[in-house]
Amino acid sequence: MKKFTFGWNVLFTVGLVLMMCFSAWGAGTIKIGVIGPMNFMQGKGHWNGALMAADEINAKGGVQVGKEKIKIELVKSDSNEFLNVTDATNAMERLMTQDKVDFVVGGFRTEAVLAMQDIAMDYKKLFIGCGAAHPELCLRVAKNYDRYKYFFRGTPFNSGFLVRTCFLQMGYVGELLKNTLKIPKVKVALVAEKAIWVDPMIEAAKGVIPKMGMEVVGVWRPSATATDVTSELSAIQKSGANMIFTVFSASVGITFARQAGELKIPAVQVGINVEGQKDGFWEATKGMGNYILTMDTYVHGVEYNDLTKKFMDTYEKRFKETPTYTADTYAAIVYSLVPSIEAVGSLDANKIIAHMENREYVVPSGKIKYYKDAQGKQTHDLAWGPGYLTSLGVQWQDGKLVGVWPPPKWKMDANSPELNYKGIQPYKIPPWMHK
Amino acid sequence: MNIIITGLISGSMLALLAIGFSLIFGVARIVNIAHTAFYMVASYCIFVFTVKLGFNSVAAMLIAVLVVTLLGLLAYKFLINPIREHEAAVLIATIALAMIFQEVMLLIFTGDYLSVSSLIEGYFQILGVKVFYQQLLTFGVALLILGVLWFLLMKTRLGLAIRSTAEDREVANLMGMNESRLAMITLGISVALAGFTGAVVVPLAVLNPFMWMEPLIMMMAVVVLGGLGSIKGSFVAAYILGFTEALVVFLIPKGAFLKGSIALSIMILVLLIRPEGLFGVAFEEER
Repeated sequence: MKKFTFGWNVLFTVGLVLMMCFSAWGAGTIKIGVIGPMNFMQGKGHWNGALMAADEINAKGGVQVGKEKIKIELVKSDSNEFLNVTDATNAMERLMTQDKVDFVVGGFRTEAVLAMQDIAMDYKKLFIGCGAAHPELCLRVAKNYDRYKYFFRGTPFNSGFLVRTCFLQMGYVGELLKNTLKIPKVKVALVAEKAIWVDPMIEAAKGVIPKMGMEVVGVWRPSATATDVTSELSAIQKSGANMIFTVFSASVGITFARQAGELKIPAVQVGINVEGQKDGFWEATKGMGNYILTMDTYVHGVEYNDLTKKFMDTYEKRFKETPTYTADTYAAIVYSLVPSIEAVGSLDANKIIAHMENREYVVPSGKIKYYKDAQGKQTHDLAWGPGYLTSLGVQWQDGKLVGVWPPPKWKMDANSPELNYKGIQPYKIPPWMHK
Repeated sequence: MNIIITGLISGSMLALLAIGFSLIFGVARIVNIAHTAFYMVASYCIFVFTVKLGFNSVAAMLIAVLVVTLLGLLAYKFLINPIREHEAAVLIATIALAMIFQEVMLLIFTGDYLSVSSLIEGYFQILGVKVFYQQLLTFGVALLILGVLWFLLMKTRLGLAIRSTAEDREVANLMGMNESRLAMITLGISVALAGFTGAVVVPLAVLNPFMWMEPLIMMMAVVVLGGLGSIKGSFVAAYILGFTEALVVFLIPKGAFLKGSIALSIMILVLLIRPEGLFGVAFEEER
């Protein structure tokens, strides 16, 4: 018995020593922390994108740093940020102190990313945000460059541009309704989950929609986790709305789409429905989410440029799903970080930042350029609009998610370049609207 | 008309949950915070049996009710019964149990939102208001369960024993009733009710590991408003809060997210006037 206990003690001690030595194994690699809510679709996207990037680069021998080729080592960090911001800050702190990463990609929920950003800045680590859209993340760079210069926005473009894109899509669908259904003035119901990030969007919508020749008939703000919105739908139908501007990032997006579809509410849904961007949406709504339109980054069959198809095909083949926008950790590593490291021949964050700031380059979702503000200060925020990043409008059509916006030969204004993304399909008005 | 129909339906859903919670509190004075977590587990069971294993919906629902009832009995035997005399410990233990269920579901199913098909698809119209058949079914089941519970409690020997124990645990013990076994049976019935709620409500809801939290607050509000331990009170209070929620959505659409908070405020207002709740039950004092 004594021998048995001794044996277990030896094993335990060896195991402990090995665990403590674990970070030392990473010596001679470039360590990239991938932080995100790993139990959720967003975090899985973060990890999958980074994994694909690391494997692709390592297969070529690694990153060329000066005369040396160094392999990438990923460190997975579950931020649990949907449930607890403190967990997110602890996860970032661990990446800095215990895992001793060289760079970080990921982050999703603005409240958590703001806190994580501060920790990364304390340690002067380059952090490419791949999820949060709040402008403050980049305003901080302009306001206090010396401290926040280590942060870059990787995806998506900021929420001010998100809402402008929504209005463009609403204008497009509104014109179709006018011309096809002979509706003289389209009535719009604004339905948005109760969340802080949505508030400015609703205020903007109330001001902009009348200027677009449409009428706002009411604002409904259900809880982000509401499991029944039949009351809201009843009231929306009573208001005579032809279009519903939706802003949902949580489960209410499924509830709303499912119940509206099942009740055949005679109004089209346009806007943001994050759940509607997922492959599982059709099953989750039991097919009742048909015809909803949501802004999205990637959809099977649509190409922004020559890089899109290769990225989509490889991702879909490997992970058996369409990439979500958080999978742009791939672009952050392959097209942003690594070329800058190789160009400066060093892992020195300051040298890499100086190089990244002045680049313009193509990624699978468009073209990246970092804005400067009106005073010419660096913001590390992403350029939006034709020629840069525009995202897509995608619609569920009989079980398939297809790209419907921007339509072929679309121009934002007379001076902007014409956009022709490969694979765009015509928008479909729900058949029950034709009655 | 919109308000009446919506209020009746959401009230029925609340009543289904609250009656089970109230029953076990009334009989055994167990505050089972994990009650809605059992409802969540039942919902996931239905998802697994229908979507993953292709079972018939009704069969899947019956299996789910059996599974959670068994889970409830095991929880009573190994977790609640040993610490029953310490009410605060029971409270904390059931919170822990709910969290364990949540984390297990999160590990197995991740945080992705899932859903199951309705038992009856489609809707009908009453005076211009569209109502899902599934909602009508939920309303019907709530009434049916109340009827069955009434019969069980008022017309059977088991019901008599449960009521006697609820009235005075020590006297019931002295009269030869196995109070602990009765509490276990009652907990089984209570958890089965949570399972039934999962079965009828889940086709209208979105499944996720945190789906037990929101109904928990409203369910407790119903139980407190109706009077702790009063099944009749829970039933009436559920409809009061259901109607309040419907009124908020229709009268202040911009404040639709406030429907829960306003319903809770009404509960507080009633408690200020009548602290024991609408149909409060007086329990015997500890001797």
